Amino acid sequence: MRIRTLAAGLLAGSLLLTACGKEGTPTSPGGDASGANTAALPTYTVAQNVDLAGSPVFTKIKSAGSITIGVKDDQPGLGFKDPTTGKFSGFDIEIARMVSAGLGFSEDKIKYTTVDSAAREQAISNGQVDLYVGTYTITDKRKALVSFAGPYFQAGQGLLVRADDNSITGPQTLKGKKVCSVTGSTPIQRVRDQGLTEPGNIVEFQKYSQCIDKLGTKDVDAVTTDDAILKGYAAQDKTLKVVGEPFSKEPYGIGLNKDDKVLRDKIDDLLQASLDDGTWQKIYDATLGKSGSTATKPTIVKY
Amino acid sequence: MDVLLNNLDLFGPFFLTTIELFAIAAVGSLVFGTILAMLRVSPVPVFRAIGTTYVTIVRNTPLTLVFAFFVFAYPLLNIVKVSYFTAAVVSLTVYTSAFICEVVRSGINTVPVGQAEAGRALGLNFGQILGQVVLPQALRSVVPPMISTLIALLKNSTIAGGFSVSEAGAIRSYISERGDNQMVALLWVALGFIILVSVLSFVQRSLEKRWSVAR
Repeated sequence: MRIRTLAAGLLAGSLLLTACGKEGTPTSPGGDASGANTAALPTYTVAQNVDLAGSPVFTKIKSAGSITIGVKDDQPGLGFKDPTTGKFSGFDIEIARMVSAGLGFSEDKIKYTTVDSAAREQAISNGQVDLYVGTYTITDKRKALVSFAGPYFQAGQGLLVRADDNSITGPQTLKGKKVCSVTGSTPIQRVRDQGLTEPGNIVEFQKYSQCIDKLGTKDVDAVTTDDAILKGYAAQDKTLKVVGEPFSKEPYGIGLNKDDKVLRDKIDDLLQASLDDGTWQKIYDATLGKSGSTATKPTIVKY
Repeated sequence: MDVLLNNLDLFGPFFLTTIELFAIAAVGSLVFGTILAMLRVSPVPVFRAIGTTYVTIVRNTPLTLVFAFFVFAYPLLNIVKVSYFTAAVVSLTVYTSAFICEVVRSGINTVPVGQAEAGRALGLNFGQILGQVVLPQALRSVVPPMISTLIALLKNSTIAGGFSVSEAGAIRSYISERGDNQMVALLWVALGFIILVSVLSFVQRSLEKRWSVAR
């Protein structure tokens, strides 16, 4: 009797577990859909004998022999970790590779660490990551805690809806619609503060993939965040589309330890060089550009 | 102090939601947990099996999985649409009930068998013996572990923050996006929980004092 009960329990439990495991599983790295654009990723020349006197972070990574870079792992086309191969890909990852090469670290000397949005400042100031490249919007308040090199990309808040849904065309058409984003993120705080939809229609999860999942099951009507992230999902899943004009400015920067001006200036120079020699454009074309949208080059702001 | 004062619009309503979550789930789990305990000690084998199966499955499942089930898997079944707050209350109740059940059962085990036998000799049925003789004594003897389980429930409620319920566990994410110091925010959240747990500890002490002479 007892064994039979246990067996029944285990069976029920395993059913429950499999039901949960399915949730939010991304299928493939973004931007491999449109056959028209088959731009290849650029290769980066690893700089030799780089020396940045007066940069504590660079001194640390130089003696460690490897560089730890904080990234996102669930954003197709930007920062995505393939669950089967464990390889990272996307626009942010390429920027990280390009900057690392400029600092003298080849691909095999880079350690990627996944850090969620809410833990970024802490990870940087604790020294858990040397650099952070992951859809990190430069704001004045964040500048009080960490430093930013860049911006290396200019994004803006957008809306992702089901492709067959024509009722949402922009932020002013969200009333009465369920809108999803990541817990406490700037986009969802903007939706709440500007009253774009009713408070009861705001849905917040830990990960964008969970919102995308809910969009598919029609439990939410729109997912909002930076258009770059949304385009990554739209390129991957043809039943989704990005609508409207971006309604905010989100300049993405590379987060690094506050007060490390030497390293910041060096990275700014590397980014500027990539913008000038076309490497940046090649990176964009081979990643986010595959969604079919164009991007304006960002202007590096040195401070 | 600035971090708290700048974000009072977060701390106030979010902690209120935590308290609501806790209060409803606590009442729910106390009732449901006690019913489960009654099932587990009932003379009917099927009832006992149901109680045991429930406790075995739920007590061994991480709470985040219980949440994930009610938030992501349950809606696919298309039964009744529930709000995320309700889903959180249900998840917390389902989970905590298994622990409350075991606490109540351990209390039942402390009541001497003679009491139940005496009740039976008086002609009371199972329900009467349990409800009027055994359970009142059992509940009085398990005040400390019961309150400990409720304290765990209070803290577990922060998981709801990741499943679209704006409660104290979500404060950190908001503060980090607003750009205030997260470390300080975490300390304020911790202080909030210390205050809430102190209330529970106070309830525990006064109940222990009041009920200590009952037997």
